Amino acid sequence: MNPILLILGLPLLGFLINGILGSKLPKFVVGVIGTGAVLISFLVAILQWSTISNGQLSIDLFTFLQIDQLSLKVAFQLDRLSIWMTLIITGIGTLIHLYSISYMKEDEGFYKFFAYLNFFIFNMLLLVLGSNFLMMFFGWEGVGLCSYLLIGFWYKNEDYGKAARKAFIMNRIGDLGLLLGMFLIISQFGSLDYNVVFAQIAVGNTSTNMLTAISLLLFVGATGKSAQIPLFTWLPDAMAGPTPVSALIHAATMVTAGIYLTVRCQVIFALSPLANDVILWVGLGTAVIAALIGLKQNDIKKVLAYSTVSQLGFMFVALGAGAYSTALFHVTTHAFFKALLFLGAGSVIHGMHHEQDIRFMGGLKSKMPITHLTFLIGTLAISGFPLLSGFFSKDEILTAVFLHNKIAYVLLAGSALLTTVYMFRLYFLTFHGEYRNHHHNFEKVHESPINMTLPLMVLSILSLIGGALNLPTYITHSDGFLISWLSPLFVIPQSVHEIGHSTEYILIGVAVFIFITGFLISRNIFISKRTIPTENSTGISGVLQNKFYVDELYHKVFVRPLEITSSILHDLFDGLILRAFTFGVYPLLKVCGRLNKKIQNGNIEMYLLYMVIAIVLLLGVNLIFA
Amino acid sequence: MLNVFHNLEISHYIYLSTVLFSIGLFGVLFRRNAIVLLMCIELMLNSVNLLLAAFTEYMGDANANGQMFVFFIMVVAAAEAAVGLAILVMVYRNTRKTDVSFLDQLKD
Repeated sequence: MNPILLILGLPLLGFLINGILGSKLPKFVVGVIGTGAVLISFLVAILQWSTISNGQLSIDLFTFLQIDQLSLKVAFQLDRLSIWMTLIITGIGTLIHLYSISYMKEDEGFYKFFAYLNFFIFNMLLLVLGSNFLMMFFGWEGVGLCSYLLIGFWYKNEDYGKAARKAFIMNRIGDLGLLLGMFLIISQFGSLDYNVVFAQIAVGNTSTNMLTAISLLLFVGATGKSAQIPLFTWLPDAMAGPTPVSALIHAATMVTAGIYLTVRCQVIFALSPLANDVILWVGLGTAVIAALIGLKQNDIKKVLAYSTVSQLGFMFVALGAGAYSTALFHVTTHAFFKALLFLGAGSVIHGMHHEQDIRFMGGLKSKMPITHLTFLIGTLAISGFPLLSGFFSKDEILTAVFLHNKIAYVLLAGSALLTTVYMFRLYFLTFHGEYRNHHHNFEKVHESPINMTLPLMVLSILSLIGGALNLPTYITHSDGFLISWLSPLFVIPQSVHEIGHSTEYILIGVAVFIFITGFLISRNIFISKRTIPTENSTGISGVLQNKFYVDELYHKVFVRPLEITSSILHDLFDGLILRAFTFGVYPLLKVCGRLNKKIQNGNIEMYLLYMVIAIVLLLGVNLIFA
Repeated sequence: MLNVFHNLEISHYIYLSTVLFSIGLFGVLFRRNAIVLLMCIELMLNSVNLLLAAFTEYMGDANANGQMFVFFIMVVAAAEAAVGLAILVMVYRNTRKTDVSFLDQLKD
């Protein structure tokens, strides 16, 4: 069997089995099926590695739609980029499935949860394995659906349902951009096949304006899925879903779909300077704003959510600076440490009996040693502790931006500093200091079972050594592994780092300095001064705590006018016009009915009279027309 | 006597039976008493009988097919009158009335 179909088919099979029969199967079996399907997918993908390094696998199943010259095919390809994404998705996916077996074991929707997770993996693989924009779009919509289903998994809570709808609607706005981009591609190139489209662009006959339009529209799609300004507000709310979902979908995989899209369409983006600038500044703005908001959040998952938004901003900055492999490198390391942090947060929430507010935590270090250690590793990795995975990927982004635009570099470095501050704030408040919760006895706080800590350990090892995937030139004296792995993929060569050694060491020094400064600031506030965040802050911190009032702004600017318009239309159309029709027809029919009722009065004589009149009339007609 | 009949033309028969039929028809339509109603129906039937007999003679039909019909109609009318009167008796027993306008149960 074709390995691509195997990779794709197993999660789908798992989804079908768990979705249809899951309610009748024991929870253990459901968990094993769900986890096993993804694990086998992962193993199959690993086995294809050597094949892919010599070329690519592709499979053409059937034509989905044939419109005139345009044929839309169901076709897949496994190339260097897709296998990279596939390994991240299935690898992290396996760990998170394993983790979920324990995390969700009390939940009555256990089988549903695993069915959705498997379906998500299937759709995400569809997204990265498709060999044309249509397949990608199918996966794109599919992961959106799964995201919606899983955010609203605890649908009995109305707020969670609203968060799910918010995510869905925000993504729809982005999807519109993506769709329009695809239509432009069809009108321009007459095909949606990656190969056909990219080959035509590489020839160089396409106008820059057209490429800019296409890439900006595709980027609108990316801002929706990857939570960039202006569509980022759904991601923090998406934390309503179970924590493994936040780790898998809203940190490691789905939200990186926008980066995947941009890397995949590198040839379109690379030829449009304007689009690159837009991406750079949008990413930068997101990185800074989300980091600022992250400073003042008190929900453990919200902090991580804003951190995710901010890190996605970092990736887009890299894309805007033309460093495509670097962005993908950061996707990879971010998948490791952010999944680790989310799962660690889940372990904390599990151990604290569903307490999520870090103001009511503290001192968990002694109670949850494994969670503590792995969380610390994750924190160090995301903050850029030297030689950990996050250090390398973030440093590469900073270097790329430094070469591209100095102002952007300063802002991004500031955002990196904020990252360190808020991450250590989170870490210190959770694991150090006094235990501050009065609802649950400290004695009841417990470490999580082995199949929850095992993924934590695996992910923390990956976070430690993940940097080895793409070591910088100053260590290996050659291009990093990921850069050389991806380079055959790019039709237009990436911007080459022309950088002196002294500059490079200064940049590294700055990165280390940022880490130490951030750490010391955080330590000073939360360890030495033992500051505990308060409920209502004022001034700037109040603005930050309220997330720059973006939600309120959107509500005033978009939602309210829409509501007012619909209520006016409701009054006008429903109240006047439709009402006149519906309530006008009834009296009319009633009058007609009352008139007709007189004829049928039950009097036999009258019936006879009608009969005679009718016969006479018929005879008369017969006479006249005979 | 016979001469009188010989002077009669077919149109006279038609006029007579039309008048008889109309009397029966209006009786059916405007009289309330069910017995009168039945009588009027008989009158209409017999007006037709008269017409049939007259036309048989007029057409010179040797087999007298029209007159055969007259007998059939008389038999049917007798049966119908028997059934009608039986119903009438039952109605009268239940309502103590023979007024058809009272029978307006067909509505609804």
